[in-house]
Amino acid sequence: MANESWHHATRALQLLALDPGLGGICIRARSGPVRARLMDMISPDARRLHPAISDEALFGGLDLSATLASGQMIREKGLLETPCTLVLAMAERATTGLAARLAVALDRNTGHTLIALDEGAEPDECLNPKLAERLAFHVDLSDCGLQDTIDASPMNNIDLRRVVVPADLIEQLTRIAHELGIDSMRAPLFALHATRANAALMGRTQITAEDVEIACTLTLAHRATRLPEPETQDEEPPAPPPDQSDDSNGPEDSLDLPDELLLEAIRAMLPDNLLEQLAAQKARAGRGNGTGAARKGNRRGRPLPSRAGQISDGARIDIISTLRAAAPWQTIRRTATGRDGLHIRPADIRIKRFEEKSDRLLIFTVDASGSSALSRLAEAKGAVELLLAQAYARRDHVALVAFRGTEAELLLPPTRSLVQTKRRLAALPGGGGTPLAAGMVTAFEQAVQATRRGMTPTIAILTDGRANIALDGRADRKQAATDAQQIARVLRANGVDAIVIDTGNRPEPALRNLAQTLDAAYLPLPRADAQRLSQSVATALGD
Amino acid sequence: MQPFPFSAIVGQDEMKQAMILTAIDASIGGVLVFGDRGTGKSTAVRALAALLPPIKAIKGCPINAASAKDVPDWAGLKTKRSHEMPTPVVDLPLGATEDRVTGALDIEKALTKGEKAFQPGLLARANRGYLYIDEVNLLEDHIVDLLLDVAQSGENVVEREGLSIRHPARFVLVGSGNPEEGELRPQLLDRFGLSVEVASPKDVATRVDVIKRRDAFENDNAAFMLRWQAEDAAIRERILTARKALVKLKTPEKTLVDVAELCLALGSDGLRGELTLLKAARAYAAWRDDTALTRAHVKAVAPMALRHRLRRDPLDEAGSGTRVARTVEEVLG
Repeated sequence: MANESWHHATRALQLLALDPGLGGICIRARSGPVRARLMDMISPDARRLHPAISDEALFGGLDLSATLASGQMIREKGLLETPCTLVLAMAERATTGLAARLAVALDRNTGHTLIALDEGAEPDECLNPKLAERLAFHVDLSDCGLQDTIDASPMNNIDLRRVVVPADLIEQLTRIAHELGIDSMRAPLFALHATRANAALMGRTQITAEDVEIACTLTLAHRATRLPEPETQDEEPPAPPPDQSDDSNGPEDSLDLPDELLLEAIRAMLPDNLLEQLAAQKARAGRGNGTGAARKGNRRGRPLPSRAGQISDGARIDIISTLRAAAPWQTIRRTATGRDGLHIRPADIRIKRFEEKSDRLLIFTVDASGSSALSRLAEAKGAVELLLAQAYARRDHVALVAFRGTEAELLLPPTRSLVQTKRRLAALPGGGGTPLAAGMVTAFEQAVQATRRGMTPTIAILTDGRANIALDGRADRKQAATDAQQIARVLRANGVDAIVIDTGNRPEPALRNLAQTLDAAYLPLPRADAQRLSQSVATALGD
Repeated sequence: MQPFPFSAIVGQDEMKQAMILTAIDASIGGVLVFGDRGTGKSTAVRALAALLPPIKAIKGCPINAASAKDVPDWAGLKTKRSHEMPTPVVDLPLGATEDRVTGALDIEKALTKGEKAFQPGLLARANRGYLYIDEVNLLEDHIVDLLLDVAQSGENVVEREGLSIRHPARFVLVGSGNPEEGELRPQLLDRFGLSVEVASPKDVATRVDVIKRRDAFENDNAAFMLRWQAEDAAIRERILTARKALVKLKTPEKTLVDVAELCLALGSDGLRGELTLLKAARAYAAWRDDTALTRAHVKAVAPMALRHRLRRDPLDEAGSGTRVARTVEEVLG
């Protein structure tokens, strides 16, 4: 298997060199001798990118040092302006913005090919799916040892355009992609490109079964979303449409390669745990892409003193300080260069800085139902008050949602006012049913609004978990639990952080499940006092 | 390389129809295309440019002004001659800085010549044309705020670094995105006139067609472009005819009532829904070369005009498209 993946990687690189229309390849491997050996195959003209590359370097821009030195505008050429092979190191760290830019470049067919080096350690860390979609190949070399590596033998390839594509090949590739549950139309297109490139690589003008098989394993296997049915021939006779059979190419051009054979070859490539991986991918879909959550500031930030720096993407020049820095040198520079006018050197450039912090919002979702009121409401209130004091120290915002009876109520919209929160909390009455789902919906609405204002919301649910009021207000224990689970899924899909605090006398299994669905910390607190509760929450929040 | 021709896109009729409608009547206010990866969203939008009839503008004007008196002073144009240019379709890349979007102090000129000059941004270039945002749902919030304001007022105001400049920025917003990757704020959703959802074709025959055309585009470009550019030109002609027909189109009172009843039944926020639905239906009637607006026109465009204006229901998994279709059946029969 390991040897095979090395073979696939080298073949993919050869095909890519032949046909830039394939977009590129994603190589998942840690940095090491195996990858180094593979990189030796890539043309030395390849340009390297890093995930934090600036727009100037990509698209070209003002060459500041040359411009300032000569006093004339001098433009620098960007990487995307001349067709070349791009090597993206640490591809798993590429931001969505960079991925989108590279995707546009690949879409425009400018002759660029991208080799993405994915060094992700966890399954979560991987190349941005937007970009991965536009690369034909994906190989995983993590199981490959140095003993497996052999140099690819040089091929005497022919011109791509001389390869004759048989009439039914396109149908077959499309059918196979469909069979594997691949929705994107790019996949069969890549398979077609790869088939043609492989034939050209082998120096043949006719496409053989081997070309199709290699192309399918290289381009389709990693995109599969379901396992092909083993007995497809019964349901789907591979009969080409009649209008194709009288094509000028004649029947001798068509390939006698049954779909099952190809699907079998692909099946051999599929990882055993495909379905689990897919499930993991789906669960992760709403939770970012492994590049780390971007911090958004709700204010433009407090201005800090500007400092010397280079003009880069997004940086703003502080003109006044720049001029001030350059002023003392003007006479010397004029004499030295014999040139009139303002002389500014790169070292004079001052950049504006802002301090920007994303404020956190704690949304307390407190159960004030009868069952809670009897036992723990007082304690919960105490804990919330302690947390409030901490929140005040950190200048966090807090919001308070209480649910009892048949509905939830926003007692306090996001605020920093400690006094107001305390007052509302103290006045919180208890009694009635436990409409847990309704409470979560209200909290969720607050969280979404807060995110839009640039805050980072966290929902803290304090309940004893005996949800007995459904979303529509009926007293139905079973429906109430289903509703709560469903809202939890919505919360998770939207990437809202949460903590579930079980205030019941005994830990409630239903709440543990709920926390799992939410991907939240679960804190059962039997016999806990307010002090311990607040400590646990602070730990769970990661302070 | 020229973009893939619009008319050669297989299927995706709703998306193509929506784009044609905005081309007929720009005041409909743009299209939002939501769908999975690899369904031809970007291809369609990039193809749109070739479909749009050319406009008359002053040569070299940064805001594509129609007449000499509209050219801003800061442009510093010496000669003001008018020429024909393709309708601008400007890409707004993700992660574009505020400076690039609104325009800012021209640093190059400031540093090399010591001049205080304005460097126009993407909004200036998109004036009288289209502004295309790929992955619109991933756009950063402060850029969205800025766009909302400009899209509403049709004017871009720059007050920074000692500059005080305002210039017209009237453009049609076209956005595309993958809903799995993030939601769009309702305020921004509302600014789009029409919205369509696209999916990969489900039957093998259509998929084969897609691949065949794409392959021909790549490997037999000259012949392929020759054939489809003619079709594109035919669509362009039809758009121009429809623009003229739009003026003479009759709007019966009865249809207005239909439109209002439909929007009431759906509970769409504000009156923008009604207005857009009416405009879209009129553009559709003009495109079909009909002389009067009827209920059938309203029914045909109701999903794309109203889909994104419903209040979101987190528990409804059927999708808002189905809800609109259901209500259309109930109200208009």
